[in-house]
Amino acid sequence: MRPYMRQISADLFLLLAVTGLGLIVPLILQNVIDDGLLRGDIGYIVRAALLLLGLGLVTAVLNLAQQYLSAWTAARIGYDIRNSLYNRIQYLPFTYHDHAQSGQLISRCIEDVRSIQSFTGDSVIQLVQLLFMAVGVIAVLVSLNPTLAIISLLPLVPMVMMTTDFGNRITKLFYNVDFTLGTLSSRLQENVTGIQVVRAFAREPYEIDRFDEINRRYFDSRIKVLSEWSKVMPTTTLLITIGTILILLFGGQMVLQGRMTVGEVVAFNAYMLMLSAPVQQIAWLVNGMGEAEAGAQRVLEILEHEPEIQSPADAVNLPVLRGRVEFDHVSLRYADEKSVALKDIDLVVEPNQLVALIGQTGSGKTSLINLIPRFYDVTDGAVCVDGVDVRSVDLVSLRRQIGIVLQTSLLFSDSIKANIAYGRPDASEEEIVAAAKAAQAHEFIEGFTGGYETMVGERGITLSGGQRQRVAIARALLMDPRILILDDSTSSVDTQTEKLIQEALDRLMEGRTTFVIAHRLSTVRRADLILVMENGQIVQRGKHDELLAQGGLYKEIHDLQLSQNKAFEDVIEEVEVEDMKISSDHSLS
Amino acid sequence: MTQTITPPTYVIESESQYDKGYDPNVARRLFAYAKPYGGRLILAIVFMLGASAAAVAGPYFVKVAIDGGLTAGDYNVLRYTILAYLGTAVAQWIFTYYRVNIMSWVGQAVIYDLRTDLFNHLQELSLGFYSRYSVGRVITRVINDVEVLRDFLTWAVLAITRDIFTLILIVIVMLSMDFRLALITFSVLPFMALATIIFRRYSRPAYRQVRSAISWVNSVLAENVNGVRVVQAFSRQKHNYENFANYVNRYHLERSIYAARLASFFSPVVDVLGAIAAMLVIWLGGSAVLGNQITAGVLVAFVLYINRFFDPIRDLSRRFDALQSTMAGGERILSLLDTEVEVRDAKNARDLPTVSGGVRFESVSFHYEDDAALVLDHIDLDVKAGETVALVGETGAGKTTIVKLLGRFHDPTSGGVRVDGFDLRTVTQRSLRRQMGMVLQDPFLFNGSVKENILFGRLKAGDDDVIAAAKAVGAHDFIMGLKNGYDTSVEEGGVLLSVGQRQLISFARALLADPRILILDEATSSVDTQTEVIIQRALATLLKGRTSFVIAHRLSTITNADRIVVIDGGKIIEQGTHEELLAKQGMYYELYKTGFQE
Repeated sequence: MRPYMRQISADLFLLLAVTGLGLIVPLILQNVIDDGLLRGDIGYIVRAALLLLGLGLVTAVLNLAQQYLSAWTAARIGYDIRNSLYNRIQYLPFTYHDHAQSGQLISRCIEDVRSIQSFTGDSVIQLVQLLFMAVGVIAVLVSLNPTLAIISLLPLVPMVMMTTDFGNRITKLFYNVDFTLGTLSSRLQENVTGIQVVRAFAREPYEIDRFDEINRRYFDSRIKVLSEWSKVMPTTTLLITIGTILILLFGGQMVLQGRMTVGEVVAFNAYMLMLSAPVQQIAWLVNGMGEAEAGAQRVLEILEHEPEIQSPADAVNLPVLRGRVEFDHVSLRYADEKSVALKDIDLVVEPNQLVALIGQTGSGKTSLINLIPRFYDVTDGAVCVDGVDVRSVDLVSLRRQIGIVLQTSLLFSDSIKANIAYGRPDASEEEIVAAAKAAQAHEFIEGFTGGYETMVGERGITLSGGQRQRVAIARALLMDPRILILDDSTSSVDTQTEKLIQEALDRLMEGRTTFVIAHRLSTVRRADLILVMENGQIVQRGKHDELLAQGGLYKEIHDLQLSQNKAFEDVIEEVEVEDMKISSDHSLS
Repeated sequence: MTQTITPPTYVIESESQYDKGYDPNVARRLFAYAKPYGGRLILAIVFMLGASAAAVAGPYFVKVAIDGGLTAGDYNVLRYTILAYLGTAVAQWIFTYYRVNIMSWVGQAVIYDLRTDLFNHLQELSLGFYSRYSVGRVITRVINDVEVLRDFLTWAVLAITRDIFTLILIVIVMLSMDFRLALITFSVLPFMALATIIFRRYSRPAYRQVRSAISWVNSVLAENVNGVRVVQAFSRQKHNYENFANYVNRYHLERSIYAARLASFFSPVVDVLGAIAAMLVIWLGGSAVLGNQITAGVLVAFVLYINRFFDPIRDLSRRFDALQSTMAGGERILSLLDTEVEVRDAKNARDLPTVSGGVRFESVSFHYEDDAALVLDHIDLDVKAGETVALVGETGAGKTTIVKLLGRFHDPTSGGVRVDGFDLRTVTQRSLRRQMGMVLQDPFLFNGSVKENILFGRLKAGDDDVIAAAKAVGAHDFIMGLKNGYDTSVEEGGVLLSVGQRQLISFARALLADPRILILDEATSSVDTQTEVIIQRALATLLKGRTSFVIAHRLSTITNADRIVVIDGGKIIEQGTHEELLAKQGMYYELYKTGFQE
């Protein structure tokens, strides 16, 4: 809000003017009755009528400016908040996203910002208008007749108490509403994403029950808000009416005693009624304020969550790396986890070496490679590139030099070209095509009618798993990274494609320090360094021949894999056995 | 801000197809959701009538108090009038309290019903629907569009009905108080109508653009939240931020401001017309008072009514936009509800009794509705109970379609699929799938504990059964190594587990379900060798003693199958055991040879 103080004060000034003009109307009315009607002066009445019209026109113009200004400010504030949220979410580290529900995050950016925005637009201004109005009306009332003013304003005391209390309670209730809506959204998202599994196990009734539970909770949370509101809303009206009644009662008495004129009572009452419309709105406003405050709380929870991983203030920009990677007695324990993911990893990888990581699921391979681009911070020890601790350097300068190709290749709803250029949006057409060619993706891309401009993802065409993977390889290639991290498995592709992907991967690895989560014996055999991992530790390291000679876990794994291949080798001798794959079909979908 | 932003075509298209404004059909169907609560609604309307009458009576009492009490100097009249006034005020409180309570309850109940219907319908829609309709769009329908409707039902419907009632009553009171002054007041209304029509012409496209802008913001946001790890890996934050701030979010800002500008021109029109009406009434009414045709009290009350007359009009014209955007949302919701369920239970469908698991494909052909090319061409296949069949063939050969027909995700175009002699079309889908297990390529896990995910196979199973199933597939050890063992949360999409671990859990889930017929689409993503061995053993356990159809990728799975069926171009080319087919030197031999070359 702060950057828009100028607009807001202009807005308030306009409001003040509109409110002030509004206050003149009953005065004119009083004059019409007391002077015009009672004296029988038609000219006076006409002048008053024209004055009223003039006032109406001026009010209209001021209203126009004021409304536009407040809508503009609200839109700007919504825009700014959404921008900050978007940016913060992008920078929140993996540890945050590991436990966050995407439905909740998105719901905060859309629904919560909306409630803040609609409040800052109309309601904040209306609330201020209400205050102006109240102060103005009360001042006029007191100046007209202090005794009557005090008596007729008595009902305002319980009203202020009631709305304050209402405001306090409603914020908590709205927070619950927002949270439940976020949960509802997450649950739906999960059901839709996993719909195949739901069908396969005929679990629709169970899923319907689970959804119903949250849906009902949402119903309850809304009803709670509304039942509070249904008590407060009519009460404000009642209290204002009591004010009018007090005026008639005591003012009437004064008229009968000759201490006030009828016109004065009418005007007094008109002022009181002037309060009536805005005061009836107060419950609505406080309601909106509660909703906005709850939304703001949820938004702030994200905005105030400082990313645990960011470039330090005195970060140095990494120069072009040679590619030496060093793990200095590194341990890692994820937040809230009892057991350690990595234990005392000590490792030096020279530039351009090929490092193959093997080991069982959950042995720590992924944890280890995630430390190099600093997706997580070490619990103990340090990870260094070219001798510099990754925690001391600028994150962008570090990650720009690291290329990553993972098993599941996520692409964005954009053109193929933009997806390849994802890491380097400034890349030229030639560079993009060259990367695609090297990744064996050029041919199938050219096969699409739109070529490189073809849209992929949600609103575009669906690429097969193998095509996605090759686009992801091109994306990494274009970065020309000094350090490469990859998973050499190929998901669901036919033999021909798999061969193409292998060639693309081999090309990608040339001349870079490469860490491979290896599934292929061919990759493992030619690695400069093989790391055998178990329970978060490196239990064996060395080259293929050395490790074979050593025996131990490596030999076990190796023999296991060989024996699996044996049956196959017996049948077709000419085929060099590296892996067990046969053409495959796309998934059930 | 000088440069105009053109959003991608899909953003514009997605909104323009709903450019129908107010559609009575949509309103009628949405209104049908309120039907079950008709009794309550009638009660609410009665309360509202009472409350409105009480509200309108207020100024009348003031008039009586002034004319009869003050001007006439009659204290008794004043006192009784005030008492009556107080009485109606309390009545108004009671009426309003119950009306708001009832109506908001009904509004929420309608929203609850609508969401339940949507969700239930989503559970029935074919898988083909989900390949066309993205997750984001489903969520926008069920969450955001329904929220817009909820907003409308909670606030706007209350306000609109209140406005209309108030308006009608005020018109009646004004007419009965003084016919001529009332007509003078109403004389500005045609101008009002004209202004509304002109305003709508410009505001409709403007509001539509605002809506499409927010859905654009929504989809860009959703994609980045889901892909945040890639964003960080490629250091795209700055670039993405600029794109979002200067393009996507900015478009929304500009459209909102444009719509606001239009709206801010409209509302002063009501102010001006109101002022003109007030001027006319004072001028002409004032003369009338002087001519002793009306009392001063009538004139005062009239001027007060003018405000009360224009307030609901101003409010109504503003609500009109809300009504329009709600109708657009309502239409999208209904079109989702109207999406046809392709596979339905027959009317006289019965439950499939416990089967032994024999499966027959009788001259089954299949093609998709929108594509006449045959995906399956006269498939004949007779599988005995307990047999393991490996389906082998190139991508697009028709393997997936065969298992989809067996699971009755589609019905064959001609021919029939029978289980134990029962044609699948004559039995209920639920009784069929309950005896059928499926393990998919992507082992999807739900946000919940490991135990809950295994229990998904058979909800009523006990802890012992869960552990036994996990042990049988070799998942027990790694599960015990997790932080909270079986109670460890796997988080959204199972992100905290590796691919291999997720597969093992999905096996345990299928084993616990203990189906008579198992469909297995073998995952191809590689896992480390040790896990691979565990998975192979698990597969053997899983396949034992049930009829199994496997879309196989592992050599071991294929060679261990009782029968290998080679599919090409939607036809069965050859079938037999591994040795028989190799000896034949046909297509299987070719596939086999090239399949393992590197």
